[in-house]
Amino acid sequence: MQDAGSPPAVDAAADAALAACLLAIDPVGLGGAVLRAAPGPARDAWLGLLRAGLTPGEPWRRLPLGIPDSRLLGGLDLSATLAAGRPVAERGVLADAHGGIVVAAMAERMETPTAARICAVMDAREVAVQRDGLAARQPADFGLVALDEGIAPEEVVPAALRARLAFHLDLTTLPPAALRGDAAAIRAARQRLPGVTAEEGLVEALCGVAASLGVEDLRAPLFALRAARAAAALAGHAVVTKEDAGLAARLVLAPRAMTVPMDDDAQPEPPPEPEQPKDETPRDDQPERGPDQQELQEILVAAAKAALPTGLLETLQLRDAARKRQGAEGRAGQRRNAALRGRPVGTFAGPLRAGARLALVETLRNAAPWQAVRRRENAAGPPIRVRMEDIRLRRFRHQTGTTAIFVVDASGSAALHRLAEAKGAVEMLLADCYVRRDQVAVVAFRGKAAEILLPPTPSLVRAKRSLAGLPGGGPTPLASGLDAAAALAAETSRRGRTPLLVLLTDGRANIARDGTAGRPVAEEDALSAAAPIRAAGIAALLLDTAPRPHPYAKRLADAMGARYLPLPAADAARLSGAVAAARPAG
Amino acid sequence: MDASGPEPRAVSAEGVSVAAKPAAARKRGGAASRPARLVFPFSAIVGQDEMKLALLIAAVDPAIGGVLVFGDRGTGKSTTVRALAALLPPMRAVAGCAFACDPGRPAGLCEACRASSRRVAVQVPVPVVDLPLGATEDRVTGALDIERALAEGVKAFEPGLLARAHRGFLYIDEVNLLEDHLVDLLLDVAASGENVVEREGISIRHPARFVLIGSGNPEEGELRPQLTDRFGLAVEVRTPKDLPTRIEVVRRRDAFERDPRRFVAAWAREEAATRRRILAARRLLPKVRVTDATLADTAKLCLALGTDGLRGELTLMRTARALAALEGDAEVTVAHLRRIAAPALRHRLRRDPLDEAVAGTRVERALAEVLPP
Repeated sequence: MQDAGSPPAVDAAADAALAACLLAIDPVGLGGAVLRAAPGPARDAWLGLLRAGLTPGEPWRRLPLGIPDSRLLGGLDLSATLAAGRPVAERGVLADAHGGIVVAAMAERMETPTAARICAVMDAREVAVQRDGLAARQPADFGLVALDEGIAPEEVVPAALRARLAFHLDLTTLPPAALRGDAAAIRAARQRLPGVTAEEGLVEALCGVAASLGVEDLRAPLFALRAARAAAALAGHAVVTKEDAGLAARLVLAPRAMTVPMDDDAQPEPPPEPEQPKDETPRDDQPERGPDQQELQEILVAAAKAALPTGLLETLQLRDAARKRQGAEGRAGQRRNAALRGRPVGTFAGPLRAGARLALVETLRNAAPWQAVRRRENAAGPPIRVRMEDIRLRRFRHQTGTTAIFVVDASGSAALHRLAEAKGAVEMLLADCYVRRDQVAVVAFRGKAAEILLPPTPSLVRAKRSLAGLPGGGPTPLASGLDAAAALAAETSRRGRTPLLVLLTDGRANIARDGTAGRPVAEEDALSAAAPIRAAGIAALLLDTAPRPHPYAKRLADAMGARYLPLPAADAARLSGAVAAARPAG
Repeated sequence: MDASGPEPRAVSAEGVSVAAKPAAARKRGGAASRPARLVFPFSAIVGQDEMKLALLIAAVDPAIGGVLVFGDRGTGKSTTVRALAALLPPMRAVAGCAFACDPGRPAGLCEACRASSRRVAVQVPVPVVDLPLGATEDRVTGALDIERALAEGVKAFEPGLLARAHRGFLYIDEVNLLEDHLVDLLLDVAASGENVVEREGISIRHPARFVLIGSGNPEEGELRPQLTDRFGLAVEVRTPKDLPTRIEVVRRRDAFERDPRRFVAAWAREEAATRRRILAARRLLPKVRVTDATLADTAKLCLALGTDGLRGELTLMRTARALAALEGDAEVTVAHLRRIAAPALRHRLRRDPLDEAVAGTRVERALAEVLPP
């Protein structure tokens, strides 16, 4: 539905530059930006533009990866405290950045707890310090720029943080020279911003656009509204114009799109789209929507569509899977935390026991303030008095390896069609596993039962050999195959490695668990065999080897909680992408 | 908490008298002189009816045991809890007490209040205390006053967040990310109603009964079943799907941010009405009747759902009574049960990996079976 005034082709570089300007105009209201770019001139140009637009004196702070709570939120400044004889607080980075900008480096690797703390501070607009005997509320109004250096589609900034940043920009293909702006104009715009008004109906139009793009989070239309106002201020408009709103829709809403509006081929899981509001919903207390408003919404939708990233659906599938894997980290992480070796991640209080490593500095820090009191109690004694409650031990996170369990359907139906090709895909996956130092196991099922052809081994040569020698033929005991796979996965977990199931099948199950023939029972059994895999949170990937994908295979994948990828659609890149996405986060 | 008057003294287990810290408010934070930020009014929150109802019920009968709020991000969970703080009617407390003891309940007084001969009662706001992420254990339980230890070499107890939250609410955002040792601590205190601190060879014990409100996004980590069980009610919150509601949410939020004072003033009347509703419900609560037939219904419902233990029935009955009181009804009816069954029971169901139905639907199914309309 393009009218005569259809928006011009999107100039991504100009938009990105404008985003920097808008952010400089209203950093707190817009939250910040996710900047996806490799370190280089484009990113530096953008950051330089943002910095130039700030008023001199406004703080600009860097947030390194892996920052501890004491530096992030603040706490006791031990040396100053001991020197002064009274508690002296140390402000964290977030409180220090009040009124300015925080730049978070390597944000795609930010851990969930750190992201959660930053989100809490951004929501409350203050840092609530309850640490080391200090209780304080420090104002912290800032904008955050998250530098995303991820390359694979599943390496993204934590979703909770992304939701609180208005602009999601991708600078990878943009020429640095095009990222220019006028610092004086930005400062003038800041003065104008409080006076900018929006016409009646802008809120409705932006909400409508967000809904049609499948954007659930209600922060998005709010950010778009503020961006539109900032754009109007920058352009010198007293009232928000269609161009300002269009820019906001492109910058804020398009990158968050979950569906392509009015385009219904190959949508994985379209969220329920509301009915076109012009006709259906009762508008008792809303003003009548005139034709102008409808036109505005259509213009905005068109503008957003023009700016939608290419390959959106694929990116979404992979990103979705990655997010699900991130969710499972909480449980798995606990298992590993009791480890005695690996990467050190913080400390915890506890009595000294065999094998535990003392965190000397933290222990002394805890003992330091009480020395005066303890000395008064008992003048004779060691120079430094440490009590059990001061002791802190090192906590380690042990990176466990992955064991990829290939569950191969070697039945007649599969053999006939795709086993050869499937084996090729498996070889490629093996190469991937070799790079990541995974272990590999192979379970094959055909005839009446499943058998473990290859127990978990780091030897990829053996894996290749066992697959090469795999005979094909016979009916498909899918349920037994899944049972065997689940059992092997459980044992792998017990041994301390993370299992990843890769199931290659065409889904034409026709042998039930007990060995009787018959498709309906076999399919039922397979679904019930799949449920425990999903319940245990085992990462899984289902490669459909049928020439024409049958809906049952997708159902089975859902029952397993597995990512589904039909093999005809799988070329080399997609395949390794799919496995990488299914891989548990490590 | 305002505190003025004679300095209270907490007593340790060994009889060593330990001078407790005077008015915490004065010492707290260098930025204490900032004007308090205005809070989005509770009555102005669009939708989220289940969550608002659960919070009102918790305000009417704090003994119910806390509210767990799970939902997608951006659904206004924290906003609503903070709005509740501004809404609650003030309560009576002993002047100068660090734990805001209730003068009307002599059995529940802290040691200091019990020891003092003259107790003055004042009105104080109900505390709604945030447990921020990154809080260290010493600030949660309370610890020795570091300043006095350094300056004077004296051991003085500085009450922590649990003390401040006594008789009020403790709000934990992202409760599923809370560190294990803090979870253990909260479970312990919630069970015993008391907080025990042992440091530097002294032992302090003080009452700590509060309503725990936890919010979080289940996608980011699971909650231990022991902790889930502690919560009386569990509500799910979702972003509204229909367009008019979404527009209204955005509109109100925008109006509030552009001119908070005017927005709050515009909603002052509704807020006052809600406050009166809570007060009326508290007065009515002891008189609300629960018939034997209703008790049988709750038992049947819990049996049908297979909830573990008896806590499900007890909670369901208490919440239904509080709901009836809120509605101004003198007796609990099946309609009340039906309305409050899901929040009271959905987090107590035994997990069945083969049953794919979400907890909410299982409750609805059981309701349709046991209490047909």
